[in-house]
Amino acid sequence: MTARAIAPMSQPERRAVLPFRTQTAIFIRMLAIQGSWNYEILLGNGIGFCLEPALRLLPEGIHSQHFKDALARESKYFNAHPYLASVAVGALARAELDGEPPERIERFRTALCGPLGSVGDRLVWAGWLPFCSLLALLVFGLGGGPALVLLVFLGSYNIGHFALRLWGLRTGWKHGLRVAAALGNPVLRNGPQQIARLAALATGLAIPMALHRVIGPGRVLLGGVLVGVVIGALVLVRLQGRIEGWRLALFILGAFALFSIAH
Amino acid sequence: MWIDLLPIALLGGLLGLDVVSFPQAMISRPLVAATLAGVLIGNAPSGLLVGAALELVALDTLPFGASRYPEWGSAAVVGGAIFATHPSHPAGAMEMAIVASLSTAWIGGWTMVKHRERNAQWAGRRRAALDAGARGSVIELQLLCMTADFFRGALLAALSYAVFAPLTTLIITTWGTDARLSRAVLVTIAASVAAGAAWKIFHGVSGARWFFLGGLAVGLVIMAATR
Repeated sequence: MTARAIAPMSQPERRAVLPFRTQTAIFIRMLAIQGSWNYEILLGNGIGFCLEPALRLLPEGIHSQHFKDALARESKYFNAHPYLASVAVGALARAELDGEPPERIERFRTALCGPLGSVGDRLVWAGWLPFCSLLALLVFGLGGGPALVLLVFLGSYNIGHFALRLWGLRTGWKHGLRVAAALGNPVLRNGPQQIARLAALATGLAIPMALHRVIGPGRVLLGGVLVGVVIGALVLVRLQGRIEGWRLALFILGAFALFSIAH
Repeated sequence: MWIDLLPIALLGGLLGLDVVSFPQAMISRPLVAATLAGVLIGNAPSGLLVGAALELVALDTLPFGASRYPEWGSAAVVGGAIFATHPSHPAGAMEMAIVASLSTAWIGGWTMVKHRERNAQWAGRRRAALDAGARGSVIELQLLCMTADFFRGALLAALSYAVFAPLTTLIITTWGTDARLSRAVLVTIAASVAAGAAWKIFHGVSGARWFFLGGLAVGLVIMAATR
């Protein structure tokens, strides 16, 4: 991505151009946007941290009151999905460099939190991540070795991951405070449902295949295992909200280990 | 075992950092983390095997916002390393590696909460400087919290490995259940959790259950054909 690529050339009244070096610095910092995540200001300091390279471009420089006011404003409470926070970072960089009124920027920050959180959660955490995980488990189940399985998982996941962050930064910068309309992008609107369907398909394929490979010496008991999985899954679905599956797995395995020691 | 402790701690720290702080590229997912631990011990396929079982369980927990969830990065390093140190895969080795991982993930989730509370304290102490827009304080806070997160993961992985590796070696010698049955129980549990988690994620999406059933049918046919 070049500086020209994200320069808002179609809006001549807004002259701010983000140099390539600044974009790179922002992008790298965005990978650490949750570095100081906490229960008080959540992503707030991370947003300030990511925006700082852009704020250095303010005409008065880093020792000016303008710079300090902008950094203080941007380091306050903020909540969003970490990848889609790039939309906010791009838009806020644009707003600060365009000299938008502080009250407007603060209102914008508040309004953007909800949509960037819910869209990102559905698209990435409940869609792309399980899909890529199940895809890799399928490759594993089909006999893939360590390098191939890791390549499939990390490759597919991070293509989506980095593309989303880049798109967010670019879109945010391009639209500035009018970026909300860009969140109506078909990928964000319909993507979660489509990915969920693909992930459901991958689940059906991957679970028996992965099970078949992990089971090793227990393969002679495969029929019983399959029946057990169906019953176990039904029980977990019935218990939903009362106990998490991974905790139940730990309790049962722990009990089984104790039984095996005493046996 | 002790010679492995430092590299395991470093890997646990790096992958613990990936969970939330940097860069969230999902190198902390069990499939990856356990395999990398296997590479470290010199037995990547064993790491992958335990990583796949853990990944099935980990589908149950996804890192939604401020929710509390187990920390899989450091945990999977411990499980992968423990299983990889028993290349003949004796009865009980994988089961204990998974128990070690799940226990570590549970404790790791708690340490993440404590870490976030500590981050808030550090931010609070710098409140005046942050409100004044002090560039140094913003950057310092970010780097301080990330460094602490690295050490959190490293310490967790090292302590957990130091406890569970000898315990596993000891337990394997007294493990009385048949290897086939042991593995079958483990796989049943892991796959049940994965199937339950998948339902939780996808059941609200129209048509998803048909995609699931279609995939399942094909998966079972392939499984039967390759048996």
